[in-house]
Amino acid sequence: MSAMSAGAPRSLASSGQKSIQDILHPLSAEESALNPGSAAEKDLILPNGTPVDTSSPASSSSLLNRLQLDDDLDGETRDLFVTVDDPKKHVSTMETYITYRVCTKTTRTEFDLPEYTVRRRYQDFDWLRNKLEESQPTHLIPPLPEKFVMKGVVDRFSEEFVETRRKALDKFLKRVADHPVLSFNEHFNAFLSAKDLNKRQGLALLTKMGESVKYVTGGYKLRARPVEFAAMGDYLDLFTQKLGTIDRIAQRIIKEQSEFLMELREYGPVYSSWSSFEEDLHDPLEGVSGCVSNCSSALEELTEDMSEDFLPVLREYVLYIESMKNVLKKRDQVQAEYETKLEAVVFREDKKTPVPTDVEKCQDRVECFNADLKADWDRWENNKRQDFRQLLTGMADKNIQYYEKCLAAWESLIPVLQDKQEAEGETS
Amino acid sequence: MADSGSEEIAVIGNTDLTPSESENNLKNTMVEKGTSLLKMMEISVAEAEKRTGKNAVNMQETYTVYLIETRPVDAASEGTNPVPDSLWRRYSEFELLRNYLLVTYPFSVVPPLPEKRAEFVWHKLSADNMDPDFVERRRVGLENFLLRVASHPDLSSDKIFYSFLTEENGWKETVFETGFQAKADSRLKALNATFRVKNPDKRFAEMKHYGDELQSVISQLLRVRARAADRLYGVYKVHGNYGRVFSEWSAIEKEMGDGLQSAGHHMDAYAASVDDILEEEEHYADQLKEYLFYADALRAVCRKHELTQYELEMAAQDLTSKKQQREELATGTIRTFSLKGMTSKLFGQETPEQREAKVKMLETQIEEGEELVKERNTECEEFVKSAWVDIERFKEQKDHDLREALISYAIMQISMCKKGIQVWNNAKECFSKM
Repeated sequence: MSAMSAGAPRSLASSGQKSIQDILHPLSAEESALNPGSAAEKDLILPNGTPVDTSSPASSSSLLNRLQLDDDLDGETRDLFVTVDDPKKHVSTMETYITYRVCTKTTRTEFDLPEYTVRRRYQDFDWLRNKLEESQPTHLIPPLPEKFVMKGVVDRFSEEFVETRRKALDKFLKRVADHPVLSFNEHFNAFLSAKDLNKRQGLALLTKMGESVKYVTGGYKLRARPVEFAAMGDYLDLFTQKLGTIDRIAQRIIKEQSEFLMELREYGPVYSSWSSFEEDLHDPLEGVSGCVSNCSSALEELTEDMSEDFLPVLREYVLYIESMKNVLKKRDQVQAEYETKLEAVVFREDKKTPVPTDVEKCQDRVECFNADLKADWDRWENNKRQDFRQLLTGMADKNIQYYEKCLAAWESLIPVLQDKQEAEGETS
Repeated sequence: MADSGSEEIAVIGNTDLTPSESENNLKNTMVEKGTSLLKMMEISVAEAEKRTGKNAVNMQETYTVYLIETRPVDAASEGTNPVPDSLWRRYSEFELLRNYLLVTYPFSVVPPLPEKRAEFVWHKLSADNMDPDFVERRRVGLENFLLRVASHPDLSSDKIFYSFLTEENGWKETVFETGFQAKADSRLKALNATFRVKNPDKRFAEMKHYGDELQSVISQLLRVRARAADRLYGVYKVHGNYGRVFSEWSAIEKEMGDGLQSAGHHMDAYAASVDDILEEEEHYADQLKEYLFYADALRAVCRKHELTQYELEMAAQDLTSKKQQREELATGTIRTFSLKGMTSKLFGQETPEQREAKVKMLETQIEEGEELVKERNTECEEFVKSAWVDIERFKEQKDHDLREALISYAIMQISMCKKGIQVWNNAKECFSKM
């Protein structure tokens, strides 16, 4: 499936090919807490078609199933598992907010304990991401779900919104955990383990302030962007465009479906009122009314699912790409700085003085940045491929489920409609 | 009686129809094969054509004519398949035929014609009478009308109907010669007038009410369905945009490209599939429309009952009043107001001879009145008998046809769902190969 880039550090398994219905981590908490009642209803199916055994999270066969999700695991075992679950509302005098439980299980020595359970709010995730961006500027940091939601338009405390956010936060942490460099970041460690993150935030802020300054360069002109990075930038531009288009199309479809739904909600009851003054046709007409009502409910579910699961992921990616483009810009800057300084040195070359150390440092920086970025790009491409395969397959699944529900409704109506006929046939 | 016949479905041969259209005709024309005319001949409205000509005010007009084909039943079953007899008729001639039937058989629920103008259209459907889809659906509707008339126990044996099917020239004159229009004028006038009936047959009053409710509910249904069709069209068509963007996107991808591209094709197919779906649904709408118009025909029969009942009551009332007058003259008391009574009061009693003459006149009038009442009573009773028979027949037909319509509607929906599942499964397969 995915090709490993030779020479780059062996990438750990990505966060996995989860279906939209969210295949859980092998050592995650009870399913019931995360998806109440949903495990029974939704069939979790791997992209290759085999159903996932969700009967017992810890059963060896289900464990194997889950491990088989990641093709690039290649026998290498994960040693860090992270999940986000159990959203809870906190009401204080100052504000109301949601916290999520973050569970960690690990054998890494960088952690004092093998297990951690902490509570974090969105702010904390945001802090973590900023820290990662600052401290690992040569790497692509996975995206967070959107920070701002329009009050009055979206209910920040609705079950659906919270669940969508939780899934995105879970994905975020899993991606960081799977990253060979980011997962060893001390801020990440603190995020997962510190009882009181605020204190740590403060400390971390004090000690690490200087680190980011290194990479903040500016004002240097880039001579020639290497082809591969130029290609990355171009691709990201085009890709963002396509994502925007898909977002608009999806929204348009949801709108049309909602309007269709409105008409259906008026259509069904007319059959009911008709049935009220018919004798022979009473049952058939009532039946049709019920059928239309069932189809309406199925359609409502479809549009809700698309709004909650499909659109947010698209938007996430657009944000992700924005941050990636920033990283590319930074890389350009680092290269530009190096080129400028090198040029200055070459100019004075006739003095035969050794190359100044800061030019060497610049060269190092450029080479490291390029290497990190290339490796991350490959990882990103893999993730992107899996994410979109999952996203689009999920969209197809939702539509299939919608039609299957409608089909079942109409098929069960046929005998009701034919009922009298058969009786007539017998008596004639 | 038609009920004694078998309940086979008449298969009308129409070689110009595609299999699906034939099937549609089958569903559309649930007529009994036991009746006289259909035993003898096969009837179909095979084609439609545009014509131009000068109209009554000598202006150029374009209109459509429909080809009516008839063929003796025996010939077909012998396998010889001779060329059918045929003639061309335009919609206005069908209308003329129907008006004739309405007037001549007031106790029959006369089958309706397909709508004169396209109504309950959703945006993609044309409201233009010359639009080929409209013409096609009208052709089917006209054929259905002819088959319904041909299978009606009373209407099928009508001579004018027979010559409508067989005599191209001079048919119009023949119809007018029956003088039905004179009857039509007075009857139509009466039908539109408001009058109060003291003792209507309860069943007819209920039927009229039912007709009102049926008309109202089917109108509502057709209106909402048309709006829903509009929306559904939008939903499907927007998915076509996925096709385009997936194609563009696949151009910038390496491994994901093929899966995306082929998925896009499926999205295009999905978007295109709505045209057939909605065309089929239009057929369901036509079936409902037929009963929408049938409701009108039903109400006309009920109204006619009211009219005959009213005329009977008027005659009876008149008779009673005349008898009272006679009594008054005989006893000398004035209980009823009459101009003669008043003038005699004012100007003095009349002479015995005058009184004699008056009594004699009244006696004659009373005799005539009693004859009239008897006549009208018989008329009323006969009307009630015949009309109720046809109403019962109609009720059964309605229940059967509408049930069939609902079944075929459900089958349509099932087919649509299955197509949807297939397309999305195809797309899903492509996505999973991304």
